[in-house]
Amino acid sequence: MSRTFKIGGVHPHENKLSRGAAIEIFPLPEMVTVPLSQHIGAPAVPAVVKGDKVKTGQLIASAAGFVSANIHSPVSGTVISVDQVPDAGNIRRPAVTIKVDGDQWEEGIDTSADFRKAETGLDPAEITRRIAEGGIVGMGGATFPTQVKLSVPPTKKAQFLLINGVECEPYLTADHRLMLEKGEELLEGVKLLARALGVEKSFIGIEKNKPDAIEHLMKLTVGDPQIAVIPLKVKYPQGGEKQLIEAVTKRQVPPGGLPLDVGVVVQNVGTAVAVYQAVVKRKPLIERVVTVTGKGIERPSNLLVRVGTPVTSLIAHCGGLPASAGKVIGGGPMMGRAISNLESPVTKGTSGILVMNDNESARKPSQACIKCAKCVEVCPMNLEPYMLYKLGIRNMFPEMEEYYATDCIECGSCSFTCPASLPLLDYIRLGKGEVMKMIRARKN
Amino acid sequence: MEKKLIVGPSPHVHGSDTTQKLMRDVLIALAPALLVVTFIYGTRVLVVTGVSIAACVLIEFLIQRFMFGGKSTIGDLSAIVTGVLLAFNLPVSIPIWMVVLGALVAIGVGKMTFGGLGRNPFNPALVGRVFLLLSFPAAMTTFPAPSAAADAMSGATPLTYVKEAMKGGDIKLSDLMPEISYDNLLFGLHGGSLGEIAALALLLGFGYMLIRRVVTWHIPVAVLGSMALFSAILWWSDPETYVDPAFHLLTGGAILGAVFMATDYATSPMSKKGMVAYGIGIGIITILIRTWGAYPEGISFAILIMNATVPLINKYMRPRRFGVPAKI
Repeated sequence: MSRTFKIGGVHPHENKLSRGAAIEIFPLPEMVTVPLSQHIGAPAVPAVVKGDKVKTGQLIASAAGFVSANIHSPVSGTVISVDQVPDAGNIRRPAVTIKVDGDQWEEGIDTSADFRKAETGLDPAEITRRIAEGGIVGMGGATFPTQVKLSVPPTKKAQFLLINGVECEPYLTADHRLMLEKGEELLEGVKLLARALGVEKSFIGIEKNKPDAIEHLMKLTVGDPQIAVIPLKVKYPQGGEKQLIEAVTKRQVPPGGLPLDVGVVVQNVGTAVAVYQAVVKRKPLIERVVTVTGKGIERPSNLLVRVGTPVTSLIAHCGGLPASAGKVIGGGPMMGRAISNLESPVTKGTSGILVMNDNESARKPSQACIKCAKCVEVCPMNLEPYMLYKLGIRNMFPEMEEYYATDCIECGSCSFTCPASLPLLDYIRLGKGEVMKMIRARKN
Repeated sequence: MEKKLIVGPSPHVHGSDTTQKLMRDVLIALAPALLVVTFIYGTRVLVVTGVSIAACVLIEFLIQRFMFGGKSTIGDLSAIVTGVLLAFNLPVSIPIWMVVLGALVAIGVGKMTFGGLGRNPFNPALVGRVFLLLSFPAAMTTFPAPSAAADAMSGATPLTYVKEAMKGGDIKLSDLMPEISYDNLLFGLHGGSLGEIAALALLLGFGYMLIRRVVTWHIPVAVLGSMALFSAILWWSDPETYVDPAFHLLTGGAILGAVFMATDYATSPMSKKGMVAYGIGIGIITILIRTWGAYPEGISFAILIMNATVPLINKYMRPRRFGVPAKI
């Protein structure tokens, strides 16, 4: 029996169409749009103005405060605007638009593809500093600034580093390919993260539907007492931070708490590779692997893409938007966001572009709740989605707080499983937002 | 004009479960028992079941059509399930008009009064059965001998014989029990309602529902386990007065009730611990009624009584919040 989390979970069809597609370097676009808020926290403050010439890797916006992240130019070229630009959801947000004239890198960045080990005796504070400088954020989708997670408050102690190689979202294979193709870089990144945190032991959790990745990383870590690869039974949402921690360490993060409360820090495999690049090669986070996939996509691919590249050019590269396309999603089908503006750019958090067919895109009409209790059974946070839904449609937000709406991790297992096709998560999300507002108002 | 894309919140995929599929699986799970009972009692089983299904579906359709309005709900197959379950709670010799009346009460009063599927507090089939039992006790407790069994007991159910013996009738329990063949109980060769016999076929259906994840083990195991435990304690204390647990589990509606009636979605609790508490309640009340009550069989009443406690169970026996240690 391999490990997994105990409570709830579902088994959506995996549909890992691009599993065998090696990472391909995507050509430079003609124009990039680099949003100033690609992370959780305050938007970065622009450091360039219209007309400036920039080089690849040059800082174009700096972190605004502790929870924020630096942003670098992904190309060399000319800044043509620093303005509000519609994002994936067609909401205007600040971004730097650069006309590309080539790929001339900033001085001091090692652009070679060779693997190099980090210099020995690197100070933990220096590692964290280089990570912050490189604008590294969590690349699993949450985009939390990495240096914040590495700054352990003096009252807490990190015991384990947990690397998330689960990739439990159907369709997505970016992390899978990274583990297969960039194993050494990944492990070096893990060691650097462990060093920055001062932990002795790191685990890499990988679901068993990626046996090649498990085998590869196990081979690379043979005889290494500090890193253990942990194969996990396939179950969604195992990539959820709290679920992964429970699966690997059997510890449950308390409600409202952080992984550090149980002595754990979690980082995604993509983040670990980015950390390697930032610390060893001094290369900031300006590109990432994006899975472009979907049943109607001609060539499902894993592309190494510069941040700021329009989504539409990725789709065009993989055979174009099929006539059958009904929905385009940024991320996976369980937690990703539908994209309404295909001209919007790839950001640090874009793990995939999923094109769904017409017949998969519309929701089934909902019926009456039959109280089958399946939503309660599958909820990985042990919530009662049917009740939260009933309270949500009646705007009973104080009651939703009593039913722990804020514990919801929005994994979508309840809506996925509901035989009556009720939009359970829609209303829980609504209530969660309202309850958070109530809690903030109480604090003030 | 460019083609428009759909935009909506996640999740963007849905599992394969639908209400209709779940109900269809329940019907498939009931099929082996129906076949066995038809073999034992003859084709009138199919007449009773067919009439019950037709009446349930028709009544739901009419109420939906002329009183509620809106889209017809008979396509979800739940009325058919109620029809089969009601028939399984009737003796094969019941007059057909009583079946129709039972269906009217089951669907009309037990289900649609509250707004239809998912909203009814009491198991509709049991509402229909108990209505008939109280209104027509004679017709509801007369059972012809199974035609397929030469040596089977006839007239009444094994539970009725035992009840008489326990009350101090002509036959002593110690004389009666060796006469009862447990093989016959297992394979259905004894008197009873359609679903009271054929224990093995019903368990086969339970296995199917577990594999298909239609139900979880919690309620059936809690009902049968608590029945076994409670009756075992009585039996160990005095085997002359009380019957053994195996007899309790194999007779009456124990298996039908535990597997198919108590697990009715709308009328059973939502949390796992609630399900177990509810199941234990049913098991204990069943043995109480069988042992000291006025009726030889009590699982219908036990389920209906526990149905009434479900809102309270849901309120107080909630799942343990993630990250909060269990209270000791």
